[in-house]
Amino acid sequence: MIRPMRQIFQTLLVLALGLGALMSAPVLAQSSPPRIVIGQGVIEPMPIAIPTFIDEGGAGDYAREITRVVISDLEGTGFFRNIGEEAHISRITSFDGGVAFEDWKAINAQVLVTGAVSVSGDRITVKFRAYDVFNGTTLEGAALQFAGTTQGWRRMSHKVADVIYSKITGEGGYFDSRVVFVSESGPKNQRLKRLAVMDYDGANVAYLTDSNSIVLAPRFSPTGDRILYTSYESGFPRITLMDVGSLRRQTLDEQPGTMTFAPRFSPDGGTVVFSLERGGNTDIYSLSLSSGRLSQLTNAPSIETAPSFSPDGSKIVFESDRTGSPQIYIMPASGGEGTRISGGKGRYGTPVWSPRGDYIAFTKQNEGRFHIGVMRTDGTEERLLTASFLDEGPTWAPNGRVLMFTRETSGGGGQASLWSVDITGRNLKQIPTDGPASDPAWSPLLP
Amino acid sequence: MSLAAKSLLLIAVLGLAACNNPDRYGAGAGGPGGAGGAGGAGGIDTTGLGDPNNPTSIAYFNQRVGDRVLFAVDQSTLSPEARSVLAAQANWLNQNPGYAAIIEGHADEQGTREYNLALGARRAAAVQNFLISQGVAANRLRTISYGKERPIEVCSTEACYSQNRRAVTVLSAGAGV
Repeated sequence: MIRPMRQIFQTLLVLALGLGALMSAPVLAQSSPPRIVIGQGVIEPMPIAIPTFIDEGGAGDYAREITRVVISDLEGTGFFRNIGEEAHISRITSFDGGVAFEDWKAINAQVLVTGAVSVSGDRITVKFRAYDVFNGTTLEGAALQFAGTTQGWRRMSHKVADVIYSKITGEGGYFDSRVVFVSESGPKNQRLKRLAVMDYDGANVAYLTDSNSIVLAPRFSPTGDRILYTSYESGFPRITLMDVGSLRRQTLDEQPGTMTFAPRFSPDGGTVVFSLERGGNTDIYSLSLSSGRLSQLTNAPSIETAPSFSPDGSKIVFESDRTGSPQIYIMPASGGEGTRISGGKGRYGTPVWSPRGDYIAFTKQNEGRFHIGVMRTDGTEERLLTASFLDEGPTWAPNGRVLMFTRETSGGGGQASLWSVDITGRNLKQIPTDGPASDPAWSPLLP
Repeated sequence: MSLAAKSLLLIAVLGLAACNNPDRYGAGAGGPGGAGGAGGAGGIDTTGLGDPNNPTSIAYFNQRVGDRVLFAVDQSTLSPEARSVLAAQANWLNQNPGYAAIIEGHADEQGTREYNLALGARRAAAVQNFLISQGVAANRLRTISYGKERPIEVCSTEACYSQNRRAVTVLSAGAGV
């Protein structure tokens, strides 16, 4: 009896996610395919066939473009390899027709995805089905239909890919999401910055502010409808709240003589936690958006900054240099001294709690290099995922399995760009942007 | 003074500060280190620099007195050299009461954005506190941190980093409050 593929893949993924002792041993899934080899953290991608979705009327280029985006999403994870159509033996000519599984087995496709697209006026319908080729069955829950306006065709493609990824890996999807970031231009000593938002894969860029004043470190609200960021528009750094739909913005907590920065939402979206500097000393505060009530959460002469809530809202992870070098601490959401969790060599900053609650991502600086890393919430199992002249500011994909961050090159011509990596350190890649970019922040999965 | 009157005064002070936007680096502003035109939010304010031979000019302050002090890595402690420059700044400010100053704190690029913002603020405050201790009225001084956003030197070696870990006293004429 062949185990369901999903179960196998889950097992392999779990192995890839850090059961280190087993990672060096090649793992043969079964006597029959699928066969995925894991070694030194490298997994052979699963062969998958996604023939161009069928045009069921008026779909024109949409069917081909949607197929292209689905393939790009899945291949982009590093877990899948699409078998090109030139290698296909049989053709899918009807969405509801039979599938000659032998033909797909023959080319070693482990999953087959068929789809169909129809367009009527500005309405588009996309349906798809994912098959376990070796069992000759539909993957449970992987036969769906999405309908909406043609404008949303890319989002529908991402939703198709999210379902397939999720069914096969057992992880949540993350393709149907947006990323807010800082678009940069100009020389290093006169950098112009403006807020921009894009699909997770770099498509559909829209600019939210102009470049007239410095903007830093935007963060999405838990529902993706608002953005917090730091702006120099008033002349001084101030946290600003923007409504994404209307682009209306307001400055939060204007206290003269202070500087506010590093804001983040609470998981319920009702509270903002941030750093407030007064007289040279930076502490962490929270502000209730409904009542306007300001609470001081830390009270120390050291720098306390970069706060991030746990997904249940009960704790805050933050950065403090109270011991002389920046390290990571966790305190109750109501404030307090906190308990240090970072213990290795070097300086730790920008901690971000995973939406899954299991890891904290951070920036580490050691011996002149920067790293993006993850550790358990008690500081154990620290794992550095990247290394470069300057990597900083990780943000979690909605499924808590992929991180995006800023990488900046050195020297006078140094430029920032956006990169992503998964939490095993695999699949490091640059996100395509029109120009230099920094400070990415991932949205939740879109509804 | 009543609380309401105090609030009004605060608002008035804020108003002044807003007119005199300290962000020399906004679009439309001159290059970094170009003392003078404060052009936040695309606006252009004009400030005469004067002749460096005129001891009451901004040019004299910037060039002869010295408008900046430098810091060690991660530090906001004032070195003996820095104290000497700041004592001269304080002396000049005390003799030229018609000027106010924004103290900009900066960091080098070795560090995260958030930490460097806080570090820059610490440096600016160290300078502010020293100037106040030398008799400069607190209400003539404000601070701002740019973190690592505005390096003056762009190379990625200590030669540049040491120049970027700085606090710069930026004068504005006629804005004494």
